Amino acid sequence: MSPLFLFLSFVALLSALGVVLAKNPVHSVLFLILTFFTLSGHYLLLNAQFLAAVNIIVYAGAIMVLFLFVIMFLNLNEETEPHKPALAKFAAAIAGGSLLLILVAAMRNVNPVGYDPTSFDSQIGMVDRLGLVLFQQYALPFELASILLLAAMVGSVMLGKRETGERNF
Amino acid sequence: MDFPPLAWQGLVVLVVFGVSLLIATYSTYAERVIAAFLQDRVGPDRAGPFGLLQPLADAVKLFTKEEFFPAGANRALFVFGPCLAMVTALMSSAVIPFGNVLQFGETAIHLQGIEINVGMLYVFGMVSLGVYGIMIGGWASNNKFSLLGAIRAASQNISYEIAMGLALIAVLMMSGTLSLREITFQQVSDAPFVWQDIFNWNVMKQPLGFIIFIVCAFAETNRTPFDLPECETELIGGYHTEYSSMKMGLYLFAEYINVFVASAVMSVLYFGGFNFPFQAELRNWLVSSQGLELVTAQNIITILGLVGLFAKIFSFIFFFMWVRWTLPRFRYDQLMRLGWTILIPLAIFNIMLTGGLITFGVIK
Repeated sequence: MSPLFLFLSFVALLSALGVVLAKNPVHSVLFLILTFFTLSGHYLLLNAQFLAAVNIIVYAGAIMVLFLFVIMFLNLNEETEPHKPALAKFAAAIAGGSLLLILVAAMRNVNPVGYDPTSFDSQIGMVDRLGLVLFQQYALPFELASILLLAAMVGSVMLGKRETGERNF
Repeated sequence: MDFPPLAWQGLVVLVVFGVSLLIATYSTYAERVIAAFLQDRVGPDRAGPFGLLQPLADAVKLFTKEEFFPAGANRALFVFGPCLAMVTALMSSAVIPFGNVLQFGETAIHLQGIEINVGMLYVFGMVSLGVYGIMIGGWASNNKFSLLGAIRAASQNISYEIAMGLALIAVLMMSGTLSLREITFQQVSDAPFVWQDIFNWNVMKQPLGFIIFIVCAFAETNRTPFDLPECETELIGGYHTEYSSMKMGLYLFAEYINVFVASAVMSVLYFGGFNFPFQAELRNWLVSSQGLELVTAQNIITILGLVGLFAKIFSFIFFFMWVRWTLPRFRYDQLMRLGWTILIPLAIFNIMLTGGLITFGVIK
């Protein structure tokens, strides 16, 4: 394993822990953005430039901005934070713990296979190759996903639309 | 001395970094001179000849001012905000091809920080990250006006990113690549008419896309008429209300670097990058009439192309400033209406138009 991979994984795990452990929700969001950056670094190590760039643009650049936006507006701090009942905390701990258990159990027997140097295609993550695969091999799922996104977009526009007679603000 | 090739590339990166800072520094001077010219004033003329040392005086002033932290501010993020704004602004200039290759014997120097396959997406990603500096700084100030400025910046950037991305897609449909270097090379003409070089620039094929792109560039760099995040008549100073000293300076600097990068991207995408008219003729003339070697002639063309690109960039920076001192600021609802109901449909129409023209073979 290269030192870069180890470093990226270390930062990724550390910042992912920071997301959960940070008291301040804004710090959590910033840690999550750092996590996305390290994931993009991993994509780059796998020679997937397009995926790395899109991960930054979509997740770090757009979705997390909206997260931050909402959290800043909510003005969450320790005084106003609602205290969850003990049952909810207990249920959350059980659910999270079993997820961890399942993941560990599933990963335990995984036999990591290296790549075959004779048939390995270093250009596989490049944007033109990805486009060809998406539009030839997976054209139908691709189009279905785009219709799903379109439906979500139209729905959100409808929800945000002002009814007649409603106040401006 | 023997230089490994990567050292040259590192040197280019350092030069790009330095030049970005230098241009940002003198943008503050140019802004004042242009403002003075447009408002029929004298402008800065005290520090040095023609006031050319004014940026230096400003830097000294900013460095010696009091470092102020507002009560209840999140200190770490308060410092982190302006740093992040500066870092993301500087990072985006890394992939811009400032010039072709300079060939000295065995060593070839690419006048570009790094060449990556997805250069355009890289710039786009950095632009979309630029808003974090503003948001974090505005939130960490613990001030309502700063927070409002930050929120405005976030929603404005997200809204205009969509139209900008859609305008870009039309260019990418024609070029078929995301590499800025490739896009530059595609804007060279081998047509017999010498002055047809200009007609091969993308702006001739994508006039509507260019207009959408430049409007979005104004919004993304928070420049007037879209400088709502720091709208002083409503928000005192917007996201940098609480900032003083060099942290304030970093925010202003980041804005000028963003303007520089936006100008460079527009020059590369739409105005032929480092290509200039008559370059092939000039090279042939240098070789045939002046008896220069082809490599030397190509180096001269490369340097002229570099100068040409910077001329294009400077004219865009001038345009940014010209607009700032000419147009009044938009109202916030006008800004949003322009972005969502005019620019985005126009950009989608542009994509369809481009697709149709490509299908029927009118443009390549």
